[in-house]
Amino acid sequence: MTMISARDVRKRFGTLEVLKGISLDIAPGERVALLGRSGSGKSTFLRCLNGLERIDGGGLDVAGIDLAAPKPDLKTLRRRVGIVFQSFNLFPHLTAEQNVTLAQRKVLKRPADEASRIAADVLAQVGLADKMKSYPSQLSGGQQQRVAIARSLALSPTLMLFDEITSALDPELIGEVVGVLERLAANRDITMVLVTHQLGFARSIASRTIFMHEGRILEDGPAESVMGTPATVEFKAFLSAVLT
Amino acid sequence: MRALNAGDFVYLLQGLLWTIALSFSALAAGGLLAAGIVALRLLRSRAIDVAIAAYVGLFQGTPLLGQLLFFYFGLSIMGLDIAAFSAAVLTLSLYSAAFLSEIWRGAIAAIPRQQWEAGESLGLGRLQTLTSIILPQALRAAIPPTVGFLVILIKDSSLVSVLGFVELTRAAQIINNSTFHSFTIFGTVALLYFALCFPISRLSRRLEARFHQ
Repeated sequence: MTMISARDVRKRFGTLEVLKGISLDIAPGERVALLGRSGSGKSTFLRCLNGLERIDGGGLDVAGIDLAAPKPDLKTLRRRVGIVFQSFNLFPHLTAEQNVTLAQRKVLKRPADEASRIAADVLAQVGLADKMKSYPSQLSGGQQQRVAIARSLALSPTLMLFDEITSALDPELIGEVVGVLERLAANRDITMVLVTHQLGFARSIASRTIFMHEGRILEDGPAESVMGTPATVEFKAFLSAVLT
Repeated sequence: MRALNAGDFVYLLQGLLWTIALSFSALAAGGLLAAGIVALRLLRSRAIDVAIAAYVGLFQGTPLLGQLLFFYFGLSIMGLDIAAFSAAVLTLSLYSAAFLSEIWRGAIAAIPRQQWEAGESLGLGRLQTLTSIILPQALRAAIPPTVGFLVILIKDSSLVSVLGFVELTRAAQIINNSTFHSFTIFGTVALLYFALCFPISRLSRRLEARFHQ
């Protein structure tokens, strides 16, 4: 059984082909880091996994939902798959608690008191028990990103996608988000796929690393061996660019 | 020529009440129409967008005075008799809707696309995202310019005097015709418009400052 099964996935924007045949399998509980330069297609692939982008060719099955179908069941997909964005995308007119309860009430139809109880629980898990009544504008970048993680966790997803979630943070705030993800990674009930430029972050969370270049997968394997002994000149060049 | 008396000022105050009634009726009716227009624009139909753009362009691109004359005298010539107040409310409502729909459409368009995506990625439907996420934010952005537009509408309502409908400006013209105390009468009218519009302008600026915090 796989959580994600991609077969020759293709995606284009106009005349630009961004994904040129992505094939991979990700098993439940795996923690996978997608690495690559800007424009390599990793974020586009992540958005395809959540149905935010439709694929143009190939086959893609995510959490039991066939995303190559003419009308994929996106409603069910999004109950199973959470995504956290680089720019947090919190709802600025709602408190942290309301951000976390909104989809619980509207999508999962949980009663308000149950949604609030779960919100308190997940916000405590990300270390924000005392910020429930705060608006996003009253929180630091790291705190906002942790609310965004809590918002996804509250829906009890089986797959979590993280799109460069530390890129918009000041260096001193990255640690608190990484800490949350490390604790989350210990929970093998959740499969994690994260797009990042930060090798240390990828190493601390992921057990498997995939390197993408110009819309293709060039390297795929256990994190330590892939990063320790890069096989392609493109990955070597990427590593040296990131490390310098 | 006769002297001004207290009755003249009461007459002006009655005119002021009609100005208020006219402006707020037009704002309410125009607001409802504008809400409908914004809802239609969210359907993203090319044909609807073209039709709405034509309507908005027509009402924003022609003088309000001309619109008032068309709806009162023009429709009468075509056999559609319409009372001055009805013609005034109809014209001001259509005029308001053209401006308000653009203000509100702009407020919705100003909400980052990522907010729609965040709602979508959490499993919310398009309507749920609109009502729970987009509109509450757009409303905050739209209130100050909407209140600001009300000030413009109140002042523009003085043009209704050409239809013979007795609102504040027309009341002043009538009193002036028999007393010729132009400075006192129109000075009082200016003060009454100011007393009505200035607090609303202040409110608009306060709301703007509050929502931009």
